[in-house]
Amino acid sequence: MTHPYLALTEADKAEMLRTIGVSSVEELFRDIPGGVRLGRELALEPALSEQELSAHLAELAARNVDTTRELSFLGAGVYDHYVPAVVDAVLQRGEFLTAYTPYQPEMSQGVLQSIFEYQTAICELTGMDVSNASGYDGETVAADACYIARHATDRTTVVVTEATNPQVRQVVKTYAPGFGLDVVEVPHRNGTTDPDELRQAAEGAAAVIFQQPNFFGCLEPAPDLAAAANEAEALSIAHVDPLSLGVLEAPGRYGCAIALGEGQAAGNFPSYGGPHYGFLAARQEFIRRMPGRIVGETVDTAGERGYVLTLQTREQHIRREKATSNITTNQTLLALGGLVYLTWLGPQGLRDVGETCLSLAAYAKQRLQERSGLELLFPGQATFKEFAVRVGRNAHDVVRDARERGVHPGYALGRDYPGMDDVLLVAVTEKRTPDEIDRLADVLAEVAR
Amino acid sequence: MKLIYEKSQPGRRASSIPRHDGLPEPDVPEALRRTEPARLPEVPEFELIRHFTELSTRNFGVDTGFYPLGSCTMKYNPRVNERLVTLPGFASLHPHQDEDGVQGALELEWRLQEILREVTGLDAVSLQPAAGSQGELTGLMLVRAYFEDRGESARRRKVVIPDTAHGTNPASVTMAGFELTHVQTDARGNIDIEDLRAKVDETTAALMLTNPSTLGLFDENIEEIERIFHGAGALMYYDGANLNAVCGISRPGDMGFDIVHINLHKTFSQPHGGGGPGGGPIAVRGILEPFLPVPAVVRRGDDGGFGLDFDRPKTIGKVRGFTGPFGVFVRSYAYMRMYGPRLREMSEAAVLNANYVLARLKDAYDLPFDRLCMHEFVLSARELKREHGATALDVAKRLMDYGFHPPTVYFPLIVPEALMIEPTETETKETLDAFCEAMLAIAREAAEDPELLKEAPHHRPVRRLDEVRAAKSPVVKYGFAEHPQPDAVAR
Repeated sequence: MTHPYLALTEADKAEMLRTIGVSSVEELFRDIPGGVRLGRELALEPALSEQELSAHLAELAARNVDTTRELSFLGAGVYDHYVPAVVDAVLQRGEFLTAYTPYQPEMSQGVLQSIFEYQTAICELTGMDVSNASGYDGETVAADACYIARHATDRTTVVVTEATNPQVRQVVKTYAPGFGLDVVEVPHRNGTTDPDELRQAAEGAAAVIFQQPNFFGCLEPAPDLAAAANEAEALSIAHVDPLSLGVLEAPGRYGCAIALGEGQAAGNFPSYGGPHYGFLAARQEFIRRMPGRIVGETVDTAGERGYVLTLQTREQHIRREKATSNITTNQTLLALGGLVYLTWLGPQGLRDVGETCLSLAAYAKQRLQERSGLELLFPGQATFKEFAVRVGRNAHDVVRDARERGVHPGYALGRDYPGMDDVLLVAVTEKRTPDEIDRLADVLAEVAR
Repeated sequence: MKLIYEKSQPGRRASSIPRHDGLPEPDVPEALRRTEPARLPEVPEFELIRHFTELSTRNFGVDTGFYPLGSCTMKYNPRVNERLVTLPGFASLHPHQDEDGVQGALELEWRLQEILREVTGLDAVSLQPAAGSQGELTGLMLVRAYFEDRGESARRRKVVIPDTAHGTNPASVTMAGFELTHVQTDARGNIDIEDLRAKVDETTAALMLTNPSTLGLFDENIEEIERIFHGAGALMYYDGANLNAVCGISRPGDMGFDIVHINLHKTFSQPHGGGGPGGGPIAVRGILEPFLPVPAVVRRGDDGGFGLDFDRPKTIGKVRGFTGPFGVFVRSYAYMRMYGPRLREMSEAAVLNANYVLARLKDAYDLPFDRLCMHEFVLSARELKREHGATALDVAKRLMDYGFHPPTVYFPLIVPEALMIEPTETETKETLDAFCEAMLAIAREAAEDPELLKEAPHHRPVRRLDEVRAAKSPVVKYGFAEHPQPDAVAR
């Protein structure tokens, strides 16, 4: 029986077995002891044809309520930004899609040069000197940065602001014991972090992680937070939204040691949480402590410019237990999507998308206060594309009732923050329109309070 | 070829972003406002497409040709999977959407877990880890949590790893806070059992083993290894990098392993993407289930619906965001449904292909362990080097001129001048034959004209690149006006 992903005919098999010098395929497995063999067929449903498979997955997909079927103001780490067609076109090139890590540079100049261009884009966004080729996501790059800090400072605590994405904090806490690190959290004060309080907590710490804009959407006094960390000689680590960096200052410009974040917003679909890419960039002094792949420029034997994986003595396949990380497979294709997206935007587009988000979010704030009669959780705090509102009753119930009217109004913050059971986190990307915001305001006027 | 930044001209752009009249002015407090714009490329859309299309032509993938890169399982990536992953119900699904709005996604994840349980012969699965090495680290965190729970964590500090292991194994051990114990390989390519016996005791936490090993050999003493570790109260971790050899034939759970990671991007055909994304789910024995990452994807008893369970008091926590790389799950689930129980045929074809290529090449190259192989095998260019000065690297570079991606070279570390070849199951006999002919021709060339190898590749967009120079004074981003120009670089 043929299979679309297999090729050997019976004649092929017979000839190959003859060349090998065995009489059956079964004999090829003779080194496997009888006691550890399965000895039966796998208990799985029968193989599908491509057509049946497509129907089955279309049916599963149809049972999801995605952002094309419901007007969505969900954010909280993953955002419904526009992904231009050029991203799909480039990522579907088989030469990129089906290549491995570029260990053989002469076969891989396309991937290598594009990673070099990606590293440049990330350094330009963040104001840093060196970027790696990507990490898994915005959560794990924060853990990676803790590993850098642990070894760069030989200190044993990291400080994370409570206004940092809860999943980032959870992942850092999961990794920390293995690194010999304790995690200390600094509470927010009315939606942002107090630099003096952070300075005290940073005393003796390996690193300080804060998020800009923070999880509540508020703009932190980021330069003051970085200064607080730097005064304590802890590494100052900013977790940033790449799409905010056309309008918000680059972390490298206010003294951060490391800038990192979730790349999804820049060029990746939400895709139920992944795969996306995490970006991680640092000042030059940390280049030999960076985790994962880094591409560098060099020349070939004819003097022509080319690109290679470089500083590989940091990495697991060379340095093994002394490596700066265990990472090998990363998120190159998604990072390439990020590069294509940022190239599509250009500097003015990056600024435009930030300004459109700012304006629409400011409009949404107005409408939710005026039309829906809601109160901002942190009135007076500047925000970027996301903000928190009190909805007068359990936010989960408000979400449920709004969804019955075709609108997902946002993320219920009570799951992560005690005392915020009646708070919704509302995200407004450039994909939303003033009319859609009016509709949100109408629905919330009906179902909130 | 120029960098995209070198094609940039101020005033050009590919994007247009909606702006709306009558909205509040965009406002950022002055102290936080961006002062210098990011110097992103400024190009029109058609230049963007031409640039990345040209870059793609300077790259080689499975879609381009044969890619026998050992230990990476470079098999064909079905196109239907790329179509399915773009369905709006998958691609545009927000991970914070409420449970009733993600039933299709959760069912897919749950079904994938069920398939992985059957394929590994274990009891419970977490899909969360982002790649194999994160699966390893997650597995070691489970080991730590298990022994903490039993009050044994203070003394069980050691993790045993054979000298053939991938570098990720020892790196993961360090990151998880354990200590390493190395064991040797014996003359047949199995773990040296006597060496092992001397090193496993009540301070041992776990074994990490790839089976078949990176030599492409199934460890014939796996049952004895299991008795040694479980006899000492330690756990066994299976690195699933080579699972493509044994699907439906021998399961890690049947071999005695307690924790397994599965590389969805190897065995189950998530495209490698030039280095990622991957997927590294872990499957575990029931005793370890309470410690798995949260949330768990569960089927609810009451209505048959699916849900996320965060209430796992003994969990190690979260190792990445949300439930894992969902798009990878869509592709791998689709791939496995195209096979069902016929996954065994997939592994059989992979093993047959590898043995055929081995049989055709073993007289021209050294074979350090003369056994039948599994899905891959390791040759050595030791003799070519001694007699003609042609190294494994030279062979690899010369293969490029014949239109093939080279095998993995210089790994595993215990084989000098190693060439690690993994054909996978998705090749025709004609392709395998053409590759063998090229390898045999290169062995002849090494004797007749070794310079041909040393100067290879001759027909790629670049010649052999100077990696030492790249590492010595690293240039890791474009320097704009200060960037060394190609001509200047060349001199």
